[in-house]
Amino acid sequence: MHKFLIRSFVSSLVLLFTLTVAAVAKDVKAAFVYIGPTGDHGWTYQHDVGRKAVEAAGFKTTYVEGVPESADAERVLRQLANSGHDVIFTTSFGYMNPTNKVAKEFPNVKFEHATGYKREHPNVSTYAARFYEGRTILGTIAGTMTKSNVIGYVASFPIPEVIRGINSFTLAAQKVNPNIKTKIVWAFTWYDPGKEAEAAKALIDQGADVIAQHTDSTAIVQMAEKAGVYAFGQASDMDKFAPKAVLTSVENNWGPYYVDRVKAVANGTWNQKDTWHGIGDGMVVISDLDSQMPADLRSKVKKLQADLASGKVHSFTGPIYDQKGNLMVAEGKTADDGMLAGMMTYVKGVEGDIPK
Amino acid sequence: MIKILKRDQPSKAIFFFTPVLAIFLTLVAGGLIFFILGFKPFEALKFFFIIPIADKYGFSELLLKATPLCLIAIGLSFCFKSNNWNIGAEGQLTFGAIVSGGVALLFYEQEGFYILPIVILAGAIGGMLYASIPAILKTYFNTNEILVSLMLVYVSKLILDYLVVGPWSNPEGFNFPETRQFSDSAKLPLLFEGLRIHAGIFLALAAVVISWFVFYKTYLGFQMKVSGFSLKTAKYAGYKGKKMIILVFLISGACAGLAGVGEITGPIGQLHREISPDYGFTAIIVAFLGRLHPVGIIFASLVVAITYLGAETAQIFMQIPKYTGQVFQGMILFFLLASDYLLFFKIKFIGSKK
Repeated sequence: MHKFLIRSFVSSLVLLFTLTVAAVAKDVKAAFVYIGPTGDHGWTYQHDVGRKAVEAAGFKTTYVEGVPESADAERVLRQLANSGHDVIFTTSFGYMNPTNKVAKEFPNVKFEHATGYKREHPNVSTYAARFYEGRTILGTIAGTMTKSNVIGYVASFPIPEVIRGINSFTLAAQKVNPNIKTKIVWAFTWYDPGKEAEAAKALIDQGADVIAQHTDSTAIVQMAEKAGVYAFGQASDMDKFAPKAVLTSVENNWGPYYVDRVKAVANGTWNQKDTWHGIGDGMVVISDLDSQMPADLRSKVKKLQADLASGKVHSFTGPIYDQKGNLMVAEGKTADDGMLAGMMTYVKGVEGDIPK
Repeated sequence: MIKILKRDQPSKAIFFFTPVLAIFLTLVAGGLIFFILGFKPFEALKFFFIIPIADKYGFSELLLKATPLCLIAIGLSFCFKSNNWNIGAEGQLTFGAIVSGGVALLFYEQEGFYILPIVILAGAIGGMLYASIPAILKTYFNTNEILVSLMLVYVSKLILDYLVVGPWSNPEGFNFPETRQFSDSAKLPLLFEGLRIHAGIFLALAAVVISWFVFYKTYLGFQMKVSGFSLKTAKYAGYKGKKMIILVFLISGACAGLAGVGEITGPIGQLHREISPDYGFTAIIVAFLGRLHPVGIIFASLVVAITYLGAETAQIFMQIPKYTGQVFQGMILFFLLASDYLLFFKIKFIGSKK
């Protein structure tokens, strides 16, 4: 009887303790700053899905959408930091300098900047996803499914992130089909349905029968659907926008990271870091594979996905040559993160020059 | 019975009353929209129009936001008063920023008191150059300045894109579309520690004073007014129309260029793709809301500036979609144009006769 009492006393103490911790944890407020509208079905939409995961984990969240990367970003950040938010996620590259500037003024608020490289203060972390791993999967599918051996690729800006994606995609496609060529159209935008559709049209007119994209709207998959060619969804599962064209999508899955980081703030274990997660950590997710793909391709893709996740396969495994035939990565070696972060040359098989 | 009668002459009292009426109607309609969306209308309006400027910092942000709007609108009032429809202030702002940013980059990591004046001057010249294109095409080739100035906006943005992606991109910046940060000597000094309000506000105030002087105390101002009422009269009076068209475009371009300088050498401190959230277009609303009068424009720029700040606050604290800010700007213009009906017509209530 005594034992029981003591046990229940101890356990209720433990329970009380957990409840208090939980209660403290619930007080943490997270804020999210978005470049676009939450209904863009691409970049911002996925970040907002991540935010909802944080809400579901029991934390309060706030978001501000459509914040331009002009002088306004700084004011929004300061206002969020000033109004009781403990951690602020800034989800576009252009917020990099304002994030670091405001972080200096609010040392007790944690800042998490997506896709940037500046961590000037101890309360600034950066995070990004290894989207290129997803593009290895897309390249494998594109190389197998193409009949014209011409693959179109709508790109946004000539930054390492995008070049890396083009290269990883092309390398994977070449592996299954040495004859393919990747044609690039630079849209110079992240989100402009009109421009993106035009770019896709131009590529289809040049004979591309599979279109990949590194821009965010659904205009490209819809254009592909109309033209009867294949395409891949970007950022979110775009299958419902073009059920025949979309073979699969590479989804940005920020939720687990966001929940993790907000919990770390709540527990006081938050520390500065630079996160670069891929398929293995679940930040990059491959949507359902379309049944138009042959069964053996589907099982091959599943295996590749598992191997990328475990690290058995690396997207950039030598020998890799650039367009002029110079060796970039030697046989048996893989490109290190430093090389990936600064990648500004096309691999062999990509057509055209990087705009300068 | 209600009867609508045409006025012999536009009423002067109503001329300055309708902007106030437009703002009032916008508030009423805005409250109604909030109510329909399921928000408490008075609380929403409070977060929209009062909370953002309730403290020192908020008020300084209001001034920071109003500065480029006021500066551009003053410039535009020169054009609009004289019947020149310069719709491309956004382009002139962008090109001014490009030229001044280019000069600022030339002085990268250099110090000296002479740098900032050169950078500012470069911005004004850039804006003037860009505004001279529609002006010259209008005077010598009879093109429509609305179309030319508007289309040039997109050209300027593409030039900026090209420069920040390519030749001017930060060599240490992993090719991201942005330039290096300007050195401190190329930046406008801050007025108060911890606030972002900068010396650019003096440029705007100077523009207000100068424009008032020109409009009401000079022959040029008189010429502009006459041309505004009737181009034929101006011609009959022997005014050199071409010269005036070019002059007002140059003034307007210089003001827009200076607004661009204020953004990049003020709060931004570098060139990148998004230096202005369409100030050049919003300033058109400001100019008309301010009745093309310098003092009116000051008030109008403050009113419109607050719709930007209020939209942010309302989203942070009440989860009202931030795009309602644009709805408010649109409504102000709509109600202003609608209530201008009262300028030319009066409504008379006549007792019904039976």
